[in-house]
Amino acid sequence: MNEIAKAPHLLPWAPERTGEAATTPAHAPSAGGGARSRHGSVRPEPARPGWGRGLLLPLRLAWRQLRAERARLLSAIAGVMFACVLVFMQLGFRAALFESATSLLSAMHAELFLMHPLTTASFRPEPLPRARAFQTLALPEVAEAVPVYMTQISWRNPETGARRMIQLVGFDMQAGAMRFPGLDAVADALKRPDTVAFDIRSRPEFGDVAGLLARGGGAPLMVEAGNREVEVVGLVEIGASFGADGNIITNEVNFRRLVPHRQASNLDLVALRLTPGADPLAVQARLREILPRDVVVLTHAELVAHERSYWENATPIGFIFGFGSAMGLIVGMVIVYQILFSDIAAHLREYATLKAMGYSNGYLARVVMGAALILAGLGFAPGAAISAVLYDLVGGATYLPLGMTIGRAVLVFGLIFAMCAAAGLLAVRKLRDANPADMF
Amino acid sequence: MPDDRAPVLLRGVSYAYGEGELRRPVLREVDLAVGPGEIVLLTGPSGSGKTTLLTLIGALRAMQEGSAVVLGQELNGAGEAQRIALRRRIGFIFQHHNLLGFLTARQNVAMALELDPMLDERTRLARAGAMLAAVGLAEHADRSPEKLSGGQRQRVAVARALAGSPGLVLADEPTAALDRASGGEVVRLLRDLAKSRGVPILMVTHDPRILDIADRIVAMEDGRIVDASAGAAD
Repeated sequence: MNEIAKAPHLLPWAPERTGEAATTPAHAPSAGGGARSRHGSVRPEPARPGWGRGLLLPLRLAWRQLRAERARLLSAIAGVMFACVLVFMQLGFRAALFESATSLLSAMHAELFLMHPLTTASFRPEPLPRARAFQTLALPEVAEAVPVYMTQISWRNPETGARRMIQLVGFDMQAGAMRFPGLDAVADALKRPDTVAFDIRSRPEFGDVAGLLARGGGAPLMVEAGNREVEVVGLVEIGASFGADGNIITNEVNFRRLVPHRQASNLDLVALRLTPGADPLAVQARLREILPRDVVVLTHAELVAHERSYWENATPIGFIFGFGSAMGLIVGMVIVYQILFSDIAAHLREYATLKAMGYSNGYLARVVMGAALILAGLGFAPGAAISAVLYDLVGGATYLPLGMTIGRAVLVFGLIFAMCAAAGLLAVRKLRDANPADMF
Repeated sequence: MPDDRAPVLLRGVSYAYGEGELRRPVLREVDLAVGPGEIVLLTGPSGSGKTTLLTLIGALRAMQEGSAVVLGQELNGAGEAQRIALRRRIGFIFQHHNLLGFLTARQNVAMALELDPMLDERTRLARAGAMLAAVGLAEHADRSPEKLSGGQRQRVAVARALAGSPGLVLADEPTAALDRASGGEVVRLLRDLAKSRGVPILMVTHDPRILDIADRIVAMEDGRIVDASAGAAD
């Protein structure tokens, strides 16, 4: 009555009150009683519940069911959490590998680079002719062509005398083609003969160079590198990678002293600095035209991507971590499926009763999916927290750049969510066994 | 009143399990009508087909032959969605209470109302509470089923069956799991509530102690209705 009084433009009869069909059903049953009797009492379809209702009520039912069995809920959360931590660690290692592998190249500061086309990774470069560097200067946009030499030489630990291979990078300090933290402070000192700067983030097996420098009180710190005595004049920050356990940098001339058998005309990389305002892509295209096929011209992003793709594709490491993530997800999915399946199996009578009361399969499927998604959320939160702590611990022990990032957290949440949803979809099939006709 | 025709009207309903050689008929040409507000008891030996008949009327099974009009819905040829919609208008009471163990009595009764999109949570719980009060369980409304006695649980099931204002109540041996006193109490409660609301009841039972609540007793044997007589009480 109220509804009609408030909204007089409505039809004078309210179908849901009288039980009369609002419209003639398009697919009236063919067999059975006369049209009049069908029409008289067929109820209209109940109004579609809103999205919030249609999802919130099943979600609430799922939560009440999960909550009722604490032990089962806790084991499910533990399973999701385990999967979550596993995936976080695998993806973290993977990202750390790629980041550390490219840390040296990322720190370079130039618009374009020349590299030999057969160079697969920066720690194992193919030499390219020095003449190519000078040829690029033919273009007015190229301001400077900075040769970069890279090789692995032996380094004797100043504390224990143990020898180990370290990556040596030689380049002209004045050109500004590199931007390591600490480089400006040592640039002048590196002009002296037989001087190097040590990467403070090298692995500890190379010796506590920072400590020795600090304790030395200004006295020169002499170290044997490549069968030659060199002075460590300062510290820079680059980072160890899977390809190089540590780094030392020096200028071009010192590099030749340390690696005498190398011809100075053989470069490993050329960093090209362009004049302000020059378009790197246009210059890149122009250089590709005029340079012979024995060099490739790369932008900074392409150079980093090239190095990264080596680790991703030419080594098993990228695959291993991806595989590890998949294993974690599968284990988590099995656990969640097991929990949801046994929940349904244990409550088949109740589910069948709900079906007899008029709950549809779809509604009950939403209950199961709701349970899966609740487990995803409850497992992810502690899993992410534990992973953040583990990142700190493992990063400290391995000198790898491990850390929680928003992007990775979102990705892992998406994976865990998908994992639980897949487990839910598998478990929903069990609902078919809940047959209300068997209830009597 | 929408009409005064029978809420349940069966004509020539036959049903068989199995296929081919293994085909075993359980219902043969059954005709049955339940009038408005009528309480009909179905009795008969095991295997006489009464439970199958109940599941057909309750739209829990697809029809094979004949015509069954329940609350105005022809069931022969009705699709899954139509049958689900019809089930919402029928109150079911089972041999076992089948309450959800993780919900309180009140929440269990409210489950019968959650399918109605017109109601909000407060209305649902209030109606469920009123229904529990009507079955004499007002002070136990917030207990979980495991803290209730067998008779109390079955009374919650009665409240759940009636909460949605059904047009028909179907019950299958509701007293089988109960002792004499609580069984009698449950069916008399059910009868009184149904009578006061004008809801017809179709109940399968073996229990001779409760035959007196019936308006009419229908005996089945071997898939046929053999005897329909007036109830003892009225």
